[in-house]
Amino acid sequence: MANEDGTCKDAAPEALADAEAAWRADQLAADYARIPPRRTEFTTLSGLEIKDVYTPSDVASIDPLADIGLPGVYPFTRGVRASMYRGRPWTIRQVAGFGQAEDTNARYRYLLGHGETGLSTDFDLPTLLGHDSDHQVFSREVGKIGVAIDTVEDAHALFDGIPLDEISTSLTINASAAVLLAMYRVVGDERGIGGDQLTGTIQNDILKEYTAQNEYIFPPDPSVRLVVDSMAYAAEVMPRFNPVSVSGYHIREAGATAPEEVGLTLAAGITYLERARQRGIEPDSVAPRLSFFFDVHNDFLEEIAKLRAARRLWARLTRERLGCRLPASSMLRVHAQTAGVTLTAQQPLNNVARVTVQALAAVLGGAQSLHTNSLDEAFQIPSEEAIKVAVRTQQILLHETGVGDVVDPLGGSYYIERLTSDIEDEARALIERIDDHGGLVEAIKSGYAGQLIANSSWEQQRAIESGERTVVGVNAHVDETSGDPGIAAFKLDPGVLERQLARLHQTRASRSAPRVREALGEVRRLADVEEANLMPAIEEAVRARCTVGEICNELRDAWGEYRPPTTF
Amino acid sequence: MQPRQGRRPIKVVVAKLGLDGHDRGAKVIARSLRDAGMEVVYTGIFQTPETIVRTVLEEDAEVLGISSLSGAHMEYTTDILDQLRQAGLDDVLVLVGGVIPTADADDLRRLGVGQIFTPGTPTAQVIAFVEAHAPRRDLEP
Repeated sequence: MANEDGTCKDAAPEALADAEAAWRADQLAADYARIPPRRTEFTTLSGLEIKDVYTPSDVASIDPLADIGLPGVYPFTRGVRASMYRGRPWTIRQVAGFGQAEDTNARYRYLLGHGETGLSTDFDLPTLLGHDSDHQVFSREVGKIGVAIDTVEDAHALFDGIPLDEISTSLTINASAAVLLAMYRVVGDERGIGGDQLTGTIQNDILKEYTAQNEYIFPPDPSVRLVVDSMAYAAEVMPRFNPVSVSGYHIREAGATAPEEVGLTLAAGITYLERARQRGIEPDSVAPRLSFFFDVHNDFLEEIAKLRAARRLWARLTRERLGCRLPASSMLRVHAQTAGVTLTAQQPLNNVARVTVQALAAVLGGAQSLHTNSLDEAFQIPSEEAIKVAVRTQQILLHETGVGDVVDPLGGSYYIERLTSDIEDEARALIERIDDHGGLVEAIKSGYAGQLIANSSWEQQRAIESGERTVVGVNAHVDETSGDPGIAAFKLDPGVLERQLARLHQTRASRSAPRVREALGEVRRLADVEEANLMPAIEEAVRARCTVGEICNELRDAWGEYRPPTTF
Repeated sequence: MQPRQGRRPIKVVVAKLGLDGHDRGAKVIARSLRDAGMEVVYTGIFQTPETIVRTVLEEDAEVLGISSLSGAHMEYTTDILDQLRQAGLDDVLVLVGGVIPTADADDLRRLGVGQIFTPGTPTAQVIAFVEAHAPRRDLEP
């Protein structure tokens, strides 16, 4: 029915409610009488209740302007840009990293050659945890799950021939991120590229390491100080670079639900900005360069609603709680990655279907950049063939499906809007509970945040094992004849460690020992001065060819290493 | 399942090896084995072959479950098996779980690892394997 001016007429709420009640009593009841519901209870993957159908009554409390609004406008529910992908498509950003810098550089060129539009780096564990490649025990892990970086010479080799003033780079590193941030700046500088021309993101979100990924070195308080230092440093010397990517991905992968992922992530973002303010750094001066990183899991509609909810809640928190006034401070720009945890080693070709649906959720949820997992990642570093399929998946979504041709196409869906609001409410409630524990840092130290995730993880495992949740190829449709899936094996060059040690020793031999001593001494001295910014001293140490391990050892000496109790 | 008379519950050390912090699987396995009536010691993260073998020895465990998602499983596991032998703990059932390429899984079995469990393995399968293959040590009289 239409009004005289052609607009739709709003049905009277009572009439709608009556119609729905009658429909439940008649049509729906009759259907269920013939074919009972498949389950006694329908819930999302995160356990939120799902009704049979959603109607305008379910969104009556949601304000079309204040809550949903328009894309590019506060509270950014529908997207951070007005035009979204009609203007610039999302960035195809596949993370890559293995072996020596040259090996990863070759993979970058392969990816760029196949249409990737942004770079992303995974580092090996010794680098991530501030150890050099010649560490007595941990040298066994050099180059295994990421690229080995000891000094800025390695960083030069990593980005050799890559136009850093044209392409944005993401650096997936946390505990030792301050050193790598300085390295990126120094690589640009030594190549004649100014800090203001460098674009990209460093993960540098230490708080989720304590709750989810466990790649921490120092205790939480000095670690957060280092994050604040790098935020202030980047704002000054590399203003287009995102110095933190506040990450829900690892929290979700560790077993959290979607609302927990949003709540814990935004709580971390708040913590960084509040700690900055305590140091006299106004949130509006650093918040616009905070970026975010979320998982896109299997529950397609829930994941779309999650990204919308995260944007709206972040907008509100920055304005209401932190007093931000700049619109850019309230924009949650998000990199999304398909859920590694959903990949199965069994029947690995099935993973292509999973990744496609998850990637579609990221796009419909309005992500700014996207990593699609490769089909073989449940058992190896992706082969070139597998990673190409992952890139192609994004290209097919972009060019063949039309999903990027309209902004927020699911906005206004009764179910999506209801779910968006429910996730926002649950995440906000979690942030309040964390506040009751004295904030996220205290909730980490007391074990509250970690236990929350462990419990959700356990519930999900039980649901799969009881058959309550079906995982195709794992607890249903299992192939007893598990033959060779025909996927190329990824082979890491066994000579990586030897080559890396050769360069490390050569760099150590050719640098100025007094300059190294002085630079490291300054890092050690400033580590004790809480109100100082450590970054300039770290940058000088990087320029002096100090290693990641040497710089981190100075900080270990000052702050100690974090060892939480082991519970399960 | 109740332990049979005269036999203590199976004792398992679940260990995270090296710098890899991905402990979701290790914790789920630890909890599942405990719920199945076994005695479980979880080492926490950042363990070396030395600290793991010491824990097995001190705890007098007959099963060692190693979790690795860091790609360094070949080097580390070889060291652990050597050190177990040197410590006279040849009979310990060693299991490896995590992201393990198929070719490596075959090599690990040849080296003496009892079984390899990759992502998606139901915990019931792990429990059944341990119950069937753990060397049973009788209680001291």
